[in-house]
Amino acid sequence: MLCEIVDHHGGEATSLLQVLIDVQMRFRCVPAGVMTFLAEILHLPRTQIQAVVEFYSFLSVTSTGRFDVRFSDSVTDQLLGSRDLATRLCQRLGVKLGETRADDAVSVHLTSCTGLSDQGPAALVNGQVLTRLDGDRIVQMADFIDQEIDLDAWPKAWFRVEDQVQLEGLLLAEELPLGACLERAGTLDAVGIISEIDRSGLRGRGGAGFKTAVKWRFCYEGAEGTLPGDPSITRYVVCNADEGEPGTFKDRVLLSRNAHDVFEGMTVCARAIGALRGFLYLRGEYRYLLDTLLKVLEARRSRGLLGRNILGVEGFDFNIEIHLGAGAYICGEESALIESLEGKPGHPRNRPPYPVTHGYLGQPTVVNNVETFVAAARIMAFGADWFLSEGTAQSTGTKMLSVSGDCERPGIYEVPFGTPVSVVMHRCGADDPMGVQVGGPSGTFIGKAEFERILGFEDLSTGGSMMVFSQARDVVAIARGFTHFFAHESCGFCTPCRVGTSLLRQLIDKIAEGHGTPHDLVEMTQLAAIVKNASHCGLGQTAANPLMQTLERFPERYQERLKTTLFEPGFDLDGALEVSRQMTGRADANAHLTQVG
Amino acid sequence: MADLVTNKILIATTSLAGCFGCHMSFLDIDERFFTLCEHVVFDRSPFTDIKHCGEHVDVGLIEGGLCNAENVATLREFRRHVKILVAVGACAINGGIPAMRNHIPLKECLEESYLQAIGIDSPQIPNDPELPLLLDRVRPIHEVVKVDYFLPGCPPSAEVFWTFLMDLLAARQPQLPEAQIHYD
Repeated sequence: MLCEIVDHHGGEATSLLQVLIDVQMRFRCVPAGVMTFLAEILHLPRTQIQAVVEFYSFLSVTSTGRFDVRFSDSVTDQLLGSRDLATRLCQRLGVKLGETRADDAVSVHLTSCTGLSDQGPAALVNGQVLTRLDGDRIVQMADFIDQEIDLDAWPKAWFRVEDQVQLEGLLLAEELPLGACLERAGTLDAVGIISEIDRSGLRGRGGAGFKTAVKWRFCYEGAEGTLPGDPSITRYVVCNADEGEPGTFKDRVLLSRNAHDVFEGMTVCARAIGALRGFLYLRGEYRYLLDTLLKVLEARRSRGLLGRNILGVEGFDFNIEIHLGAGAYICGEESALIESLEGKPGHPRNRPPYPVTHGYLGQPTVVNNVETFVAAARIMAFGADWFLSEGTAQSTGTKMLSVSGDCERPGIYEVPFGTPVSVVMHRCGADDPMGVQVGGPSGTFIGKAEFERILGFEDLSTGGSMMVFSQARDVVAIARGFTHFFAHESCGFCTPCRVGTSLLRQLIDKIAEGHGTPHDLVEMTQLAAIVKNASHCGLGQTAANPLMQTLERFPERYQERLKTTLFEPGFDLDGALEVSRQMTGRADANAHLTQVG
Repeated sequence: MADLVTNKILIATTSLAGCFGCHMSFLDIDERFFTLCEHVVFDRSPFTDIKHCGEHVDVGLIEGGLCNAENVATLREFRRHVKILVAVGACAINGGIPAMRNHIPLKECLEESYLQAIGIDSPQIPNDPELPLLLDRVRPIHEVVKVDYFLPGCPPSAEVFWTFLMDLLAARQPQLPEAQIHYD
């Protein structure tokens, strides 16, 4: 059976993660013996296999339950009561959160945002998604699990995922006729395609906003000392569908309703840079889309839109494979994603060299976001002028926003760049919110006074996440949640991030629980600067944003929680002696400590 | 407040859950100790065997983390009496070697040591009121009191002590050159 899995994925060391994901599905863990076996047949050090298993949160050394439930722990799920539902499920089933029940029937975990913030509280059960959970469903769910009723027999409605497109713009309103953009691309050479994309001003939709044409050109030109477009150099196209930024779900919607456009965009890119092979890196949380996507790829092959001599154009060869992630936010960072594609733990690489010259297996590689490829496909088909008709000079076209949180109509809003936040708030029915987290935890928290700021690379740069918070919400609790998220998702590669995010978490816990003093706030600010300046990649560099931005905008919310004393421990000091007291039976004066002294 | 008679700076030192290695390293300033003593007087310290801090001490150097109730009491006495409190070495700053027990529940530690281990004659958990009770986890000192300066190292080198104290005596903001806090 193991050999079957290994063969199915091509038997290369780069397929390790894909093999392990299948092993986990089959055995509900990755047994030690399997690691040893894989080390032998894939010619890898066993430690490397163990490192991969321990890195990804969907892989485990110990067995998960026959029903493995993972509640999405995004702040938007929490606002909808997810934590309470998780606790209730655990109580009904008699299992501790984060553990597997003794009879192996069930395990319940919390997991980072599953990309269903507009229809939460959400959870994954054996990789399938559950949306709109509520108390009644939890009760029934517990019964189903206890009776070991197969997922196929659970109510279909529980697994329903809606697109919830609330506002269509340039990209979503118009249908892209199948193959239209490839027909045009087939008549152009690399320079022709890249100059059309360049003229459109398209910038990366993942959030960083690097110019797409420049990225493609660098990849086409290759590393220093090689000839531009040299056909002897292998190049790759990678679509980043590791949509892990909490509160973002527009890529999920694009992959559901515009999968052809995504693949069409990748194929255009392949034509431009001269790549024969492409990967869609699909986050593990979106595994439920896998079968549909594979069918779309198959359909494209049979219609001559993928494979050899695409649309009959001699030498226009390209194929796409889908790789799954396994629950690691950091793999959204392009160099970590490439490491993961190579079957390794997703540690960000040192840059430069950048992936455009040294990417997958050290070869020139373009990594673009799902939405970028959809836009590129349409620019190819409808022309740069069509795209330039909306947006601003620096941020052309439109942006798909994933709106969630305290608003009447959560879902997808496609708006022209340059749109003020207030317009989006009005559209989604957010009446007088306290603030909005733009671009997810690593983005910007803005208060009401800043709602006239515009969405665009010149002001509020965003990958598309917009989480709305009403006046009733506690801004310190929100920032605390995001800080916990970063501490959990830190890959552990560099010390400033690994240690720094944990220390930030401890400090905000102390302050939120009412043990903080003005001294702790100073500590937190100093630490934030170190974590920001000394971290290896964007995760650490932005991990303190939620704390610092909310502190700047709502200092009184922090101040009101502080003690006026010089210092107070952040834990129960007398409680720390309880074990000793019980074991020695002592109750004398020296057997106790005051909290402040 | 400096010593009223001699007008010298008062320094107190102690070792909590530490190994006295930091104190030994301090002594490695060798003959410079004489120069130091022209400017400072030692208050509570293993060097003097004075058991409690004087009313007003200028600088307190703490080696070691907190593993029991007595450590906490000592640390608090220092914080009450000294103006500038300094965490000295890895154990004071991070918990260090003693904190390795944090991975094992305290109950298991005590049972293994006093009840179950091979060769134990009359198994019992020591409970004399004179013995300090153990905390469930070993803690760095800044988790219990405000700390003003940190001297990293295991132990910090003699140069670190020297630089730090000379800076303080000269009323400069202490600054350790990179070579003194660079370990690889």
